[in-house]
Amino acid sequence: MLASRDTIPGVSESACIPSSASAVPATTATSRHSAIVRVTHWITTLCFLALLVSGVEILISHPRFYWGETGNVLTPTLFKLPIPSSRALVPTGYGYVLPDQNGWSRYLHFQSAWVVVLTGLLYVISSFFTGHLRKNLLPSGADLSWRAFSTAIANHLRFQRPSAAEAWSYNLLQRLSYLFVIFVLFPLVIWTGLAMSPAFVSAVPATVTLLGGQQSARTLHFFVSLALLLFVLVHVVMVCLAGFRSRMRAMITGRPGKNMERI
Amino acid sequence: MSDISRRKLITTGLAAAAGVTGLGVAAHMAQKYGLVPPDHAGIFGFGETLTYASQRMLTRHSLAREFPRSQISKPPLANEMPPLKDEFKRLQAGGFADWRLSVNGMVAQPASFSLDQLKSYPSRSQITMLQCEEGWSYIAEWIGVPLSHVLELVGVLPQARYVFYFSIDPYWWESIDMADALHPQTFLAYGMNGDELPVGNGGPLRLRLPRQLGYKSVKFITHLTVTDSLKGFGKGLGSASTEAGYAWYAGI
Repeated sequence: MLASRDTIPGVSESACIPSSASAVPATTATSRHSAIVRVTHWITTLCFLALLVSGVEILISHPRFYWGETGNVLTPTLFKLPIPSSRALVPTGYGYVLPDQNGWSRYLHFQSAWVVVLTGLLYVISSFFTGHLRKNLLPSGADLSWRAFSTAIANHLRFQRPSAAEAWSYNLLQRLSYLFVIFVLFPLVIWTGLAMSPAFVSAVPATVTLLGGQQSARTLHFFVSLALLLFVLVHVVMVCLAGFRSRMRAMITGRPGKNMERI
Repeated sequence: MSDISRRKLITTGLAAAAGVTGLGVAAHMAQKYGLVPPDHAGIFGFGETLTYASQRMLTRHSLAREFPRSQISKPPLANEMPPLKDEFKRLQAGGFADWRLSVNGMVAQPASFSLDQLKSYPSRSQITMLQCEEGWSYIAEWIGVPLSHVLELVGVLPQARYVFYFSIDPYWWESIDMADALHPQTFLAYGMNGDELPVGNGGPLRLRLPRQLGYKSVKFITHLTVTDSLKGFGKGLGSASTEAGYAWYAGI
């Protein structure tokens, strides 16, 4: 992998760009992350934070979960969160009611959902055409062996610092977890979200019936969101362990920086 | 400037011009076909307009899910609400015999209906879910007269675009577009689960709009106004909920 990448900066890019680009040292001529990856990454980050905060606000107006079509304070729960609610209707055991912030939270939640879905579509469609999906996300044949997989896991468990090569490409576990987030968690969180829309399910009832009902969809939406939150937390920890400054610089400017060999 | 960057500049310029023109055309079409909600301004207007426009195109004629009788929630939930005023208590003491529903605005014949009159029209029933924006829900059988029937009786003028509906509670009023007003599942409901509609669930008369969240299904309806503009009703945002910071269109 490293060998093929070594040929890129010298030959394919800077050779055909005559003017200013050739003045830049060969090692920094290739972006670690393409502009589209960087832009969609940060829009997604903003949207995720907005969805998380507004999602929590919406959730505390009824921190009870059910399975099936319906659920309310008169029906048994699947589980309850031991937190106070923002509505007096909900018996929480707490002697007070939190301020109701549902109005702007719902507006923000659905607007962020639109932006992140459109951004995600742009990312996925462009990944097919630019080769990002094939080159950077799909594991290579050799990487898919059980041995490569167990080595990667063992290295992670030992908190081993990534090799210099990993500043330039995703490792196996990264690839698999990114693919899981993009093609499993994201579609699931959109699906379970749409299944709660009374108007959308009037047009496409299978959206909710396949999930076992509207309250089941709400419960599943909560768990898929938790899985996404877990991914984000692990992702940020990994960025810190791998070298926060260089990884951040790579995702902002596209270049990992001069001292990347050290980290 | 090199050839490549010039070409890039021209392409980008053309793409931007096409984008801006496209947005302009889209905005014009959206306005013309009624795809712009009253809360389209402000920082959340972008998302709200996308939601309303896409769902108007996707769900204009779709029917809310209906359920078998066995799925009716027992016991039916009557959520808490502020205590009703003396006016309501007086009407309630009289068994709602004096309850009136008045209809005015862009109609050929403004009219006023008693509950008995409304009950004399062909009644319909639906077993649908009421979904609150807070997260809870219940299923009930709703019995009533389709709003479209009442609108037909008063003769809605062709330029009408919205129907406002008002509760006896002065702080609860809403509006819907004609697609929802004429939708076959939009009811003026006076019965529930084979009986009278309980006061806790909005009796004696509630608007039922099963394709939108519960706050659009206003309780204790006394008045309808048909109009072509939202101006002149409160702040012109179409409903009390919108003025309180909630979306006007609650199909989500």
